[in-house]
Amino acid sequence: MPKLVPTSESLSQLLNKDEKEKAVDVENVPPVIPTPHHYLISIYRDKIFFVSVIQTEVPPLFVIEFLHRVADTFQDYFGECSETAIKDNVVIVYELLEEMLDNGFPLATESNILKELIKPPTILRSVVNSITGSSNVGDTLPTGQLSNIPWRRAGVKYTNNEAYFDVIEEIDAIIDKSGKVIYELIFVSCILLPGCELALTLCPLFQNPRLLDDVSFHPCIRFKRWESERVLSFIPPDGNFRLISYRVSSQNLVAIPVYVKHMISFKENSSSGRFDVTIGPKQNMGKTVEGVVMTVHMPKAVLNMNLTSTQGTYTFDPVTKVLTWDVGKITPQKLPSLKGIVNLQSGAPKPEENPSLNIQFKIQQLAISGLKVNRLDMYGEKYKPFKGVKYITKAGKFQVRT
Amino acid sequence: MIARGKNASDLFPAVVKNVACKNIEVKKLVYVYLVRYAEEQQDLALLSISTFQRGLKDPNQLIRASALRVLSSIRVPIIVPIMMLAIKEAASDMSPYVRKTAAHAIPKLYSLDSDQKDQLIEVIEKLLADKTTLVAGSVVMAFEEVCPERIDLIHKNYRKLCNLLIDVEEWGQVVIINMLTRYARTQFLSPNQNAEAASLAKRKPYVMDPDHRLLLRNTKPLLQSRNAAVVMAVAQLYFHLAPKAEVGVIAKALVRLLRSHSEVQYVVLQNVATMSIKRRGMFEPYLKSFYIRSTDPTQIKILKLEVLTNLANETNISTILREFQTYIRSMDKDFVAATIQAIGRCATNIGKVRDTCLNGLVQLLSNRDELVVAESVVVIKKLLQMQPAQHSEIIKHMAKLTDNIQVPMARASILWLIGEYCEHVPKIAPDVLRKMAKSFTNEEDIVKLQVINLAAKLYLTNSKQSKLLTQYVLNLAKYDQNYDIRDRARFIRQLIVPTEKSGALNKYAKKLFLAQKPAPILESSFKDRDHFQLGSLSHLLNAKAVGYQELPDWPDEAPDPSVRNVEVPEWTKCTSREKRKEKVEKPFYSDSEGESGPTESADSGEGLGSTVGCQAEVPRVDEGHERGMLAWSTAGHRAVPTGLWPARALLTACVSPCPPVTPPPPQPVPTSNIVSTSLVTDLEGLTLTDTSLAPALLSPALGALRSYELLHRMTGEGLSVEYCFSRRPFPHDAHMVAVQMQICNNTDAEVKSLRISAPKPLSGTRIHEFPEIESLAPGDTASVVMGIDFCDSTQAANFQLCTHTRHFYVSIQPPVGELMAPVFMSENEFKKEQGE
Repeated sequence: MPKLVPTSESLSQLLNKDEKEKAVDVENVPPVIPTPHHYLISIYRDKIFFVSVIQTEVPPLFVIEFLHRVADTFQDYFGECSETAIKDNVVIVYELLEEMLDNGFPLATESNILKELIKPPTILRSVVNSITGSSNVGDTLPTGQLSNIPWRRAGVKYTNNEAYFDVIEEIDAIIDKSGKVIYELIFVSCILLPGCELALTLCPLFQNPRLLDDVSFHPCIRFKRWESERVLSFIPPDGNFRLISYRVSSQNLVAIPVYVKHMISFKENSSSGRFDVTIGPKQNMGKTVEGVVMTVHMPKAVLNMNLTSTQGTYTFDPVTKVLTWDVGKITPQKLPSLKGIVNLQSGAPKPEENPSLNIQFKIQQLAISGLKVNRLDMYGEKYKPFKGVKYITKAGKFQVRT
Repeated sequence: MIARGKNASDLFPAVVKNVACKNIEVKKLVYVYLVRYAEEQQDLALLSISTFQRGLKDPNQLIRASALRVLSSIRVPIIVPIMMLAIKEAASDMSPYVRKTAAHAIPKLYSLDSDQKDQLIEVIEKLLADKTTLVAGSVVMAFEEVCPERIDLIHKNYRKLCNLLIDVEEWGQVVIINMLTRYARTQFLSPNQNAEAASLAKRKPYVMDPDHRLLLRNTKPLLQSRNAAVVMAVAQLYFHLAPKAEVGVIAKALVRLLRSHSEVQYVVLQNVATMSIKRRGMFEPYLKSFYIRSTDPTQIKILKLEVLTNLANETNISTILREFQTYIRSMDKDFVAATIQAIGRCATNIGKVRDTCLNGLVQLLSNRDELVVAESVVVIKKLLQMQPAQHSEIIKHMAKLTDNIQVPMARASILWLIGEYCEHVPKIAPDVLRKMAKSFTNEEDIVKLQVINLAAKLYLTNSKQSKLLTQYVLNLAKYDQNYDIRDRARFIRQLIVPTEKSGALNKYAKKLFLAQKPAPILESSFKDRDHFQLGSLSHLLNAKAVGYQELPDWPDEAPDPSVRNVEVPEWTKCTSREKRKEKVEKPFYSDSEGESGPTESADSGEGLGSTVGCQAEVPRVDEGHERGMLAWSTAGHRAVPTGLWPARALLTACVSPCPPVTPPPPQPVPTSNIVSTSLVTDLEGLTLTDTSLAPALLSPALGALRSYELLHRMTGEGLSVEYCFSRRPFPHDAHMVAVQMQICNNTDAEVKSLRISAPKPLSGTRIHEFPEIESLAPGDTASVVMGIDFCDSTQAANFQLCTHTRHFYVSIQPPVGELMAPVFMSENEFKKEQGE
């Protein structure tokens, strides 16, 4: 079971030199490292490694999942999960870990229970605390821990009773050299924004529930009703949360809303190459494609790039060899393009592979899969609460091979 | 300071003083400090223990829990008995949260002092029978830590665990599912092995145990959990337990996890790789989900590649190979090398594409990157071994490469190839040997060995051209620094160079060296991993981790399924008709006071006792009174006869999912005088419910009630007081428990003005005193009734017993069962109450 190691000293004692040398690239540190007496399970988030040391057999995912929850909690408390944030709030970190873990077994991982126990730091509160001498530790003991629905505090009140849904569809795709889509998957998550009073039951009835494939639910959803009626019924937790996430089944794939024309070539023995990329929208029901960003990991041999873009700005980081092109909105009249010359290291052999382009975009008010929240019923309240649904289509892991 | 890694143990006494501090934040930090340093400063740590002991008695359940938690975290061997006591007490606490903490404390105590195992197992057994979801996960955790081999403890609780599973918190789910997987492996027959076996042996067709089915059915929805660990746990459960046809459902969920964090991906892919070897069909529809992105970390890429290779078959090989072609041009060289190996594996597995693969690989030989070339050489060598005859061109091409390639493994492979098939390339082989002989001293060991091999083979096939060269190489090898090479050289010289001494072996030299060698089989490194439980740490490392529990094989014969039959105290529908019937039967029950129920078998009685004990999900009485719903607990009583369980009709508190079963009418069997007191007292309670409306005070059946000593004759200076819970409503206050007292004056003198004064009752505890007894003559006894409101805790009520001369400090501690009153309610009413 995980024991959290607070110091880097003791950690490095556990690791022998080999392991340290092997782990040059942060992305390639194996999540599980065996050492003579312990096993180290680590996750890498926001440039910090969270490491847990275990002694006996335990499902590794159990530990990894827990570490991610810890990181989520820190993020929740401190706004960011950075080294400075953790250093500044070391007392709270201690208190949190103390509550989250008991002898290696997770205790309270729901953020609202923790927030009741230990109040998150705010500037106002720290001022008040320093004057009055009170502390961040809540005086009330958490009741949520005792209830069957740990995700909801007892007696939450909101001034206005509203339910906002964000339906976010993410398109994962791999497009090959010739522009053919070789892999596509639409992943949808429904996020409910806070604002519902207790004892509500919402039933967003999807217009076409058959589209849904492989659903994953927040534990608050009653399985039985989903199984029998294809209806989601739940008591919403307080705070933002991901209600459901699911994939759209592969038979119903739709056209990808953007296309990319690219021409990247490196000339033999001339230490330069050409780079030419144009992005354009496909038919997308009259909605504009926004927030387009393209990132390219250029080959190591690339020294510098001299490009001109018709729209947006580009940056090239010569150390990491990453080219970022922030395009913004695409208008069909004037297609954005980025052209120019790539300078290679002189003498280096020509790179064999053309880099692949990672593209991000956003389309507001469109659910590309055609899924719609049809009805949003609320039970358990006499008055009519306000309801709203917002659709966003985004690029998930969207990659174009060149 | 602890956080910065400094040793703060010098400050121990100063810190420990703060343990009684009122400020919660300071208190918490002191707890942290204590847990960290108590082991080093054991004596000083003892100072703080009394604070925790006080905390254990607190009326607030959360304070009780946290006190127990810290107490059990202090690793000081001297306090083991105190911990043991605290755990035992907490295990029968009314609050499930405290019971959960008790379950957490068990492994801590066990790691501190493993001699306590037997006692701990008792506690575990008790907690396993707990009905609340809060406790289930933690106690199974404790079970796994302390006594994973005591699978017999699970039997009775198996069905309950299965049914509770979905409501248990997610971390508990993981532990329970893993435990149930092992359990199911020992208790059920394999659903897969029988298909052919049954038809061959004409055995009775396999029928899945309903309990097995129950487990599969109840875990399936958990595949949709948001917690990756839960999904993985269910996936491994299905993989290990489900019939072949049903395993497919897990594929979808696992593929979903691939969208998660890269660490999760890593673990999941490892498991998918193992699964895909055994059950290829399962993941085939999701082939494209394993396509590799250039942004994936290398370790993920390599795992995906592994899965893709495992999934390759004749229909999809062309798409997979096309993907591989893209991968080969990647910038990530380790990944390219892995891809080449993957191509090799595809080629060996699928004969149709072997030539295509081979051609592709040969093209790679002209790649600019040395690593790629080297890897291709190694793979080509393996492929060529399967059909060398047609490919002498390739061998020639490769022979030319020896000039350029520096990677030792590749050089060795080429030399071996040339040596093995030297008859296909008779002209080039001696030339290569000549070149190698020139550079022999600078080669790596592995290459040197192959040079010697090549020389020996050439000597045998083409001794005219290579005799001198061979001699030269062998001489060089003789003085090599590596003893392996020296040995090899000596051995080969003896073998191939004919001398007078070595005759016999000589003849066979050619056979020895040029024997047909079987082609190597390229297989996955995940091939033999499936003997580890999937999803476990051991599986990930492919080595046994400490504390790994071997996944047992299916049994040949199904063990007795009836062990899981729990005698759930059946609850009948308390319809009004049955109530009436109950009343009719009442005299019978009263009669049975003089009898006992010997019909029950010992074990069923015990099973019942424990189940009932923890079933009593006791509502707090302050609400409980409004609700009018109270459960009956038998905590503290033992061996309640099943057949005569009188509270059966009352036990609506049982949250059992099983359909209501009407109990068989109890058979009155007249027997000897062994009267189970608890039975009788329970019966007393039953009688009371029916008559509770009658205001008349019945004469107390003192003999039947268990009486406790309040004041011993010696300490009371001749005055002795015994008390018992008379189990009837206290007339003055409904919240109070009636306590019947027998005061006996054993002195010679008269005792005057006996009365109670309650100076400082604990928070909330109220005492209704009995009317003052003016005087008690020597040898006389007096019986009085007093009322105590225990506030639903098992905390003792302390008060003073005063006589005209003295004050005695006494305390009454109630057993849980005495704090409740039985209430009749119909099934519907109960459900209504429960729903609130």
